[in-house]
Amino acid sequence: MNPNTNAVPDALPDFRNLGVAARILVGVNLGAFVAAAIKATTFAQLVSEFLDIALVVEPTLIASLAVFSAASPWLARLPYLIGLATVAAVVLVFTAGAAFLRASVDAGPLGIVRTGAFALLATALLAGYFHLRNRAFSPALAEARLQALQARIRPHFLFNTLNAVLSLIRKDARRAEAAIEDLAELYRMVMADTKNLTTLARELDLTRQYLNLEQLRLGERLVVDWQTAEAPRDALVPPLLLQPLVENAVYHGIEPGMGPGTIVIAIRRDKDRVHLKLTNPYHPEHQHRQGNRIALANIRERLALHFDVEGVLESGVKGSSYEIRMTMPYRRAAPHSVSGERAAA
Amino acid sequence: MTTPPPLRVFLVDDEQPARERMREVLGDLAVELPNLVVGEAANGEEALTALPALAPDVVLVDIHMPQMNGMEFARHLAILETPPAVVFVTAHDQYAIEAFEVNALDYLLKPVRAARLAVALAKARATGAVSRDAVDRAAVQAGQVPRRFFSVGERGKILLVPVADVVYLKAELKYVTVRTADKEHLLEEALTSLEQEFAGIFVRIHRSCLVARRRIRGFERVTDEDGEGAGWAVILDGVPDKLPVSRRQWPTIKALASG
Repeated sequence: MNPNTNAVPDALPDFRNLGVAARILVGVNLGAFVAAAIKATTFAQLVSEFLDIALVVEPTLIASLAVFSAASPWLARLPYLIGLATVAAVVLVFTAGAAFLRASVDAGPLGIVRTGAFALLATALLAGYFHLRNRAFSPALAEARLQALQARIRPHFLFNTLNAVLSLIRKDARRAEAAIEDLAELYRMVMADTKNLTTLARELDLTRQYLNLEQLRLGERLVVDWQTAEAPRDALVPPLLLQPLVENAVYHGIEPGMGPGTIVIAIRRDKDRVHLKLTNPYHPEHQHRQGNRIALANIRERLALHFDVEGVLESGVKGSSYEIRMTMPYRRAAPHSVSGERAAA
Repeated sequence: MTTPPPLRVFLVDDEQPARERMREVLGDLAVELPNLVVGEAANGEEALTALPALAPDVVLVDIHMPQMNGMEFARHLAILETPPAVVFVTAHDQYAIEAFEVNALDYLLKPVRAARLAVALAKARATGAVSRDAVDRAAVQAGQVPRRFFSVGERGKILLVPVADVVYLKAELKYVTVRTADKEHLLEEALTSLEQEFAGIFVRIHRSCLVARRRIRGFERVTDEDGEGAGWAVILDGVPDKLPVSRRQWPTIKALASG
């Protein structure tokens, strides 16, 4: 579907992600601490050794992270090995620079080479760690996909919708045709590969088609308030992010009510973050929230897989409504993929 | 040869397209199995109000409905003197289907096929009303309890008393008195089965009495029934009655009040 939204194995980490930066900072400092601890025999020695190492390590670390973060989109486009070599080269240059500037204790060419070798080792270890982490998460991703499959569109919805379409065939063949087209489109998207990120535009289309079908059988009981005029349609999001939550909103918020109920879907961008808010009427006496918990856990997991600590999902009861809030980093899809997917939808 | 009168059918489904579809399929069957749709309703309460006067032979009822689900509807319907036969309809509800199978209740799957509907209607005409026990058991098995209402038969009509309005339930000889803030009704059910079904809502204070947990306002010391020393009585919201707590139940009730 979208080849440049990295398939999981063999990719450089996203240096702009807070979780990745934190892992690198902690990893390198831990290495420095271990190195100091090996040399030192007393606590005072440990502190001074660590500070000694830190004088070279910290400037290198901060400068490298700043450069990688700035060049992140460009780095992501390089083939994995070339990207890795570039990263190593940058680290080496910064290390040499820092070691040279400091040039006190073990100055001289040999000292700089030695420091550079340690820097390369640290880089290789971190690259190995991120590589293994990707691998480790691949089965998790496969499982998340499987769970997504299971948590997907309820049979309850499918059979009731088919029944509603049957009721239209004799008296309004055109609406019946449109409904079957919506249903086909919905299932096509739901059965598509969910590994890669998709665009928000596509998620919105999917959700709209789903709601058209629900409207067919629920009629005026279902009111949808779309607050998506400012939604960043080109934002990359995990697939099936919105539709399962809206399906839950209908199942738990609209169906248990006799009168009309409103679902609010509000999406906006705030600088480099995308905010989604979903609200539906809350029925305390309707207790079957198991399905909802599964869907929430599934989406939370996939947000974490794609955005690490920057993907957040919160949910809870607010007065007479149930509210879900999601926040994730704003990443843009390449322009062609947005238009391409819109045309396909 | 005289033709039998058409089968009188009543439809209950919260989705209007589903009711329309059922009318279409019944229409298609009209030659093979003469039938007449005498009425329809979008929810259980509406249906229980309208239905007794229309005297249907069969009710086709959806299980998944707001407020009162199809199984609760069938339980209330059973208090009529000559209740109609009931056929349940569901799109997909594994627990309900298993419960129907176990209790030999008939059901249809949506979308409903004309041939299958014809079989169900013929069977319903032959066997008549379903047994109250079977529906009660099926509701418990499918997890469709507790009910939202108590139902009381009143001159051929069904009166629904919201469970939330009830302050206490008291066993008398053959009946259970249902006390709300302003009325009393008689229920033909056993206190023990009510205690089980509404465990989260009512608590037993005495061999013959259950009170609504959230109506308990406090306790008062009173002289025991048999005059042997003092006991406790419950003071309740909405009614002046003070109900004695048995010695056996007192520890439970006291814990409830302090916790």
